[in-house]
Order: sequence, then C-alpha cells, then structure tokens
Amino acid sequence: MSDAEEQRAAGNTNGPVPQPDTDAGESGAVTATAAAPVRRRRRRRDDIMVPDAAFDSYYGRSVVKPAPWDYKIPTYLYSGGLAAGSALVAAGAEMTGRTLLQRNARLTALGALGVSTVALVADLGRPSRFVNMLRVMKLTSPMSIGSWILAGFGAFTGVAAASEVAKFVIKPHSAINRYLPIVDRGASIGAGFFSAPLAAYTAVLLSNTATPTWHGIYRELPFAFVGSGMAAAGGAAMVTTTTRQTAPARRMALGGAALELTAFRLLEHNAGLVGEPLRQGKAGQLLGASTALSLTGIGLTVLAGRWRPAAVLAGLAFNGASATLRFGVFHAGIESAKDPKYTVVPQKERIAAREAQAALSWSSNASTPGALRPPTSQSPQELA
Amino acid sequence: MSISTSPAEWGKGVRSMLRDSMDAHFWKNQLSGPTDPAQDAAWPDPPPRKGFFTDTSICIGCKACEVACKEWNQLPMDNIGMTGNSYDNTGHLGANTWRHVAFVEQSAEHIAQARVAGARLVELGMPRVRDAAVGSPDAGLPRADAGLPRATAMNSSRAVPSGLPLDGPGTRAALPSESSERDTPTNGLDPGRVALTRPGEEDASAMQWAAEQALAEGTVPDFRWLIASDVCKHCTHAGCLDVCPTGALFRTEFGTVVVQDEVCNGCGYCVAACPFGVIDKRKDPTTTGAARQVEIGIANKCTLCYDRISLDAKPACAQACPTTSIQFGDLDEMRERARERVEALHANGFTEARLYGANPNDGVGGTGSVFLLLDEPEVYGLPPDPIVTTHDLPDIFRKAGLAGLTMLAGAAVSFLGRGNS
Repeated sequence: MSDAEEQRAAGNTNGPVPQPDTDAGESGAVTATAAAPVRRRRRRRDDIMVPDAAFDSYYGRSVVKPAPWDYKIPTYLYSGGLAAGSALVAAGAEMTGRTLLQRNARLTALGALGVSTVALVADLGRPSRFVNMLRVMKLTSPMSIGSWILAGFGAFTGVAAASEVAKFVIKPHSAINRYLPIVDRGASIGAGFFSAPLAAYTAVLLSNTATPTWHGIYRELPFAFVGSGMAAAGGAAMVTTTTRQTAPARRMALGGAALELTAFRLLEHNAGLVGEPLRQGKAGQLLGASTALSLTGIGLTVLAGRWRPAAVLAGLAFNGASATLRFGVFHAGIESAKDPKYTVVPQKERIAAREAQAALSWSSNASTPGALRPPTSQSPQELA
Repeated sequence: MSISTSPAEWGKGVRSMLRDSMDAHFWKNQLSGPTDPAQDAAWPDPPPRKGFFTDTSICIGCKACEVACKEWNQLPMDNIGMTGNSYDNTGHLGANTWRHVAFVEQSAEHIAQARVAGARLVELGMPRVRDAAVGSPDAGLPRADAGLPRATAMNSSRAVPSGLPLDGPGTRAALPSESSERDTPTNGLDPGRVALTRPGEEDASAMQWAAEQALAEGTVPDFRWLIASDVCKHCTHAGCLDVCPTGALFRTEFGTVVVQDEVCNGCGYCVAACPFGVIDKRKDPTTTGAARQVEIGIANKCTLCYDRISLDAKPACAQACPTTSIQFGDLDEMRERARERVEALHANGFTEARLYGANPNDGVGGTGSVFLLLDEPEVYGLPPDPIVTTHDLPDIFRKAGLAGLTMLAGAAVSFLGRGNS
C-alpha cells in the first residue's frame, strides 16, 4: 500500500487529518478530543510509514450512512415550524379579537403547511406511497408520529382557513354566520393543540438517528426549533399584518428568537466533538448567518417595531434566521455522518470511560464493562 | 401471526397483552437490553433465533458470498471500477450490496498492537466476549471463565478448520518455556492444534508480555491481511425497524429484520437510523438489468435470505462460503461457536481475536450476526460501541415535550401581555 493509502486507512480524509511527521499535528486537534485510544498513539519506530492517528477507519469511509435527504427536508422543517407558530398566532388572535391578524396567520399557516407537505412527499423515494405512512402508528418512529401530527394539524388548519374564506363568500345575513364563531374557536383550539408537537417533533425527527451531530444535540435542539418556529411565525405576522394588531406577534418573535439563540449557544457549547460540524463549512456559514439575522430582527423590532417598513424587514430577518438554522443543522448532520471521526471517536471515549469506571468498581463488583446495564441474573449459559 | 376471529379468542389475546404490559421486564427491554425480539414482536411460538457467525480469521477474501448474494437476490450492478483500497472494489454495504468483503493490509506494528489490545480485553474480563460473567464475588477480581464453555481438544477440532496456524511465530506456542508449562495433555494429537485450557489472570498478562516480547524480538509476521465479510447485523434492537414509519420493515419469526419492498415508500429514515450504516435507499433509476423495478427508490438490505431459511435452506452467502468463514444456524449455537473459536485462538497466543456483537448487554442488545475480528472494529469500518438511537428516545421525547410546553407558554404570554399596538 502506498503512503497516501495508508494515511487514508489510518486516519480520515475529510476532517483535519493529523499530519504524518509532526507531533503537533498528531496531538493537536484530534488528540484534544480523543482521550480514549491512547494505546493507538504509542511511539512507533521511525521506519514505519503509517502516520499515527488518533483513531482508525476503513479507508476514511463513513461508518454510518448520511440520511438520503436533500434540501426538501430542511425546507419542510422550516415551513413546518412556520405553520405551527402561525397557528398559535391565529389562535391567540382569534381569542383576543384581532380579526386581521387571525385571518393572515391562518392563511400563512395553511400555505406553510402546504409547502411542508409537498416537500415531505416529494422527498420520498416513492411519493405515490405517501399514504403508507398512515397504515401504522408507531411510538418509536418520530416520522410516524409526525405524520399523524401533520394530519391532525392539517385538518384543523384547513377548517380554520376555510372559515376565513367563508367570511368573504357568505352573505352577511346568512344563517351560517351564527355558527362561524363556534367553528372558529374549534379550529383555533385544534390547530393550537397540534402546533406545539408539530414544531417540537421535527427536532426529534433529526435526533432519533445514528447521525452523530443530530443525536448528540438532542437535549437542546427542540428548544432551538420551537424558538425558531415562534420567531418565524411572529415575523410572518409582522410582514403580513398592520402593526396595530401585531404587538403579540412582535413579543412572540422576540421571545422565540431569544429562545432560539440561547438554546443554540447552549447546544454548541455542550455538543463537544460532534458540535464541530456546526462551525465548519456550509453549515457554519448558514448558522452564522442565522445568528446575524436573528440579532438583526431583534434589533429592528425593539428599536422600530411599530413602524411598518422596519417591522416587515424584521419579519423577513426572523424568517431568514429560521430557515438558515434548519438548513445549517441539516448540513452539519450530513457532514458528521460522512466523517467516521464523529462516529468512532465518541464511541471510543465511551468505551474508555466505561472501562475506567469498571476498573474502579470491580472491588465492589458493581458493574459490567462493555455493558450498558448491570449484569442480569441470567447465567451465561442462558445468555449463550 | 394468525388473526383471532371469535370474541373469546380476542378476550384471551387482550388478557395476555395486559399480562405482558404488567411485566416490567417486557417494557424495560423494548428499547435496549437482552430480549427475544421475535417474541417481543408477538410471534406466538417462534422458532429459535437464527443468525450468522462470520469468522474473519479464516476468510480468504474470495468474495463468493458477495457474488452468491447478488445472484440469489437479483441485486443490480454497482459501479464498476477500482477504488484503490486493496482488493476491495465494492466499498461498503448498501442497497445493492448485502455482503461486503473488507480488505485491510497491516504491518507487524499493527499486528502487535492488536495482539496487545486483545490480551488487554481478557485482562479486563473481555467485555465484548464475556457477557455477564465478569465480576467474581469472592476474589474481587474479574473471573473471565465463569461458566463459559472451555476450549478443549475436542471442542476446537469440532469447531472449524483453522486458517490461522495455531503455533505461528510470536504466539505462545512458539515460546517453549511458556507452552510446556501450561499445555494440557495432548492425547497424541499435534500439540500445535490442541487448544489450551482457558487462560486465567496470570495468563492474560503472560499473553500481553508475549505479544510485546514478540514485537521487540521481531518475531511477529511482518504483514497480514484482515479480510472480513460484513453483513446486516439483524440487531436485537434494530434502529431501522424502530423508526420505520410505514411498517415496511418487520421482525420475522427467526428474529431477523426484513424490508417489505411493496410497502416501503422510500422515506430514508432507516438509513439515518442504522448505527452500522447497513441499509440504504436504492437511488439510481438508471440502473436496469436484473433490478426489479419495484425496488427502486426504496430501502434495501440483507434479508438473511428470508425466502431460503423459511424452507430450511442456508442463506446464499453461507452456502457459497468455501472456508466456513460464514456459518449460519441458531444464534445461540453461533455465539457458542464464536466463543469457542476465540478461546482457542487466545489460548494459542492469537490474542488479537475478539468477538463483535455477541454481548446481549451491548447497545443494540446483541446482534444476530456475530463476528470474530482480529483488530478493533473501526479498522473494519464497524462502529466500536454502537447504541441504537431509540435507546435515548424516551429522553428525546421528554426534552421535546418540555420544548413544546415552552412554546405554548410563550404564545400565551405574548397574547396576555399588555399593549394592543
């Protein structure tokens, strides 16, 4: 095998490859994060050509496979969040008598829901079999749960939008008008009920995978995503509706953006090695833009939120921030799956930590190395 | 699974379901831990769980398994070309490759390292081999051999033909003083073929010493191939199956995991959920030839030849394997054979041997495909410590639930706040 091949076999090709000939490269970026495979880095004879790497991989190939998804999925994540947030805005407006805000938010919710459903169906390998999603209801599959949430949300949002259309079509003295408020309230409550799950489950959808970055950030991601959905919906209301009725939308956008920014900072801070793809390449650029847009939106809203042109700009910024957040997190996950480093190194660290713990607790005979749980009462023969 | 028709049978079914749900063990082991997956999938009286034992120490890299798999399952052609990765021009498991033979070329340094690392696993109770039999209550030290089948002369000769010479240079058999002390009576058999008794504590450090010594003396072979035929693991807790939103993936009565190609809608979630990177979506609609059109755009992976094993035939790969590197049978027996083989190798100084997937307490509840590897799993492109993603699902849902409530509270506060403009 040639030097280059050996190097690929020993290390990874995508990320920062430890330099073959320098100690600095060897104990630099990778070592800082890879305490586990110490014995792999023992000193070697000089005539060995293989550069020492902190972890091994099979020709730099990925261990897990990246999700076979493209731009349609982050589009779905964004528009789903926008739809969910807008349904909440509409529900609040309906209950506080802001008819203009109610109408616009309901139509926004329906439009965003349409976009997200089309994106989701179009991403399937067999779009014509979309309806197969509804042949089971599975708690272990966030996509199954999500499909049912989407179906429920869609039904109520559809009714809500139909009710808005009815107000144009039906004559003022028609008897139907008496029942419209009941329909309105029902649609508000129903869509509101499904909106929070719709906004939060998209984070579960990404996190419940073997994709290192998505899984590694599961604790904070749903907060970032619901914040992002609230900011987008508040922003959309600021774009579509006169400032006289959008005070709650502005508050929601500000609160959402603040939640999104905070959760994302926390997420980056806690992620460790698998947080690296969030700062690199396309994902890094998108997420940087997301932060900048969020701050712009917040600034414009606080300073000039009651002035319509500023409100429109701020609303667009909030929506840009939400979209770039989804695309950024999506791309970071795909990159983390492509590079075996993000799969192997954390797992080696996990093994090392468990072995260290087991070594400590052997005297008390309390735990089993290599196992996630203490040994069962079964004998080895039964297990065998 | 039969569908009960009479109300009495329905009542019985409901009662047994309730009884199951009362059983804490049943729920506890739905997402992780040792369990019988076929029973959990409500097969009434499943046959013994089936599985593979892939012994990479006797794989010769002929790729007959790859070819047999392609032929039997009518898998479409992959890209033809050279990867430059030793003799591996297949690359990886995927929608069109359900058996993949990996080739790794290693130097003496690597061999010695693997040997030392493997010996260390024995010293630590060999976590990935020994299962629950680790802690010794009396000694306060790991007792590696508790209750496990001992490698005996009969057992090791019964097991499989040995590709690795059991007395090669750098092994314990090559150290006269060591082996003469510890050898069991050979009963007239070739001493090199006789597996020693299960090594204890001192043996483990002796092995490590032997491996280090061999490297220092230069008696380790200067080159080796690692050749391993990889396949779907048919996990006890299968991520792909757990996340499938259509029910296209299902658990067979043999405890294996199979895609129903006429149900799958190609959402691709299973691809992202598999901790081993096995399953993939067949993308390329231009691929023709043997490809059945119905399978384009949907997820594909090894079925453990569901069609063949249903008729008591071996899977195509195991049938084609000329060295018995791929063995097929009841999973219990596969795990036992794997243990015997790894013990025979260890007893003869090949401490680089270790098992992969044979521990029901690991992150996927043990796999249906057990492997004997000669180096760290990641060297073969396998994850060293896979945990099925649904292991964390309760916590993931909890966090998402809190986030959802935060959103509702945020919206409520926004509208309750003062100021109409």
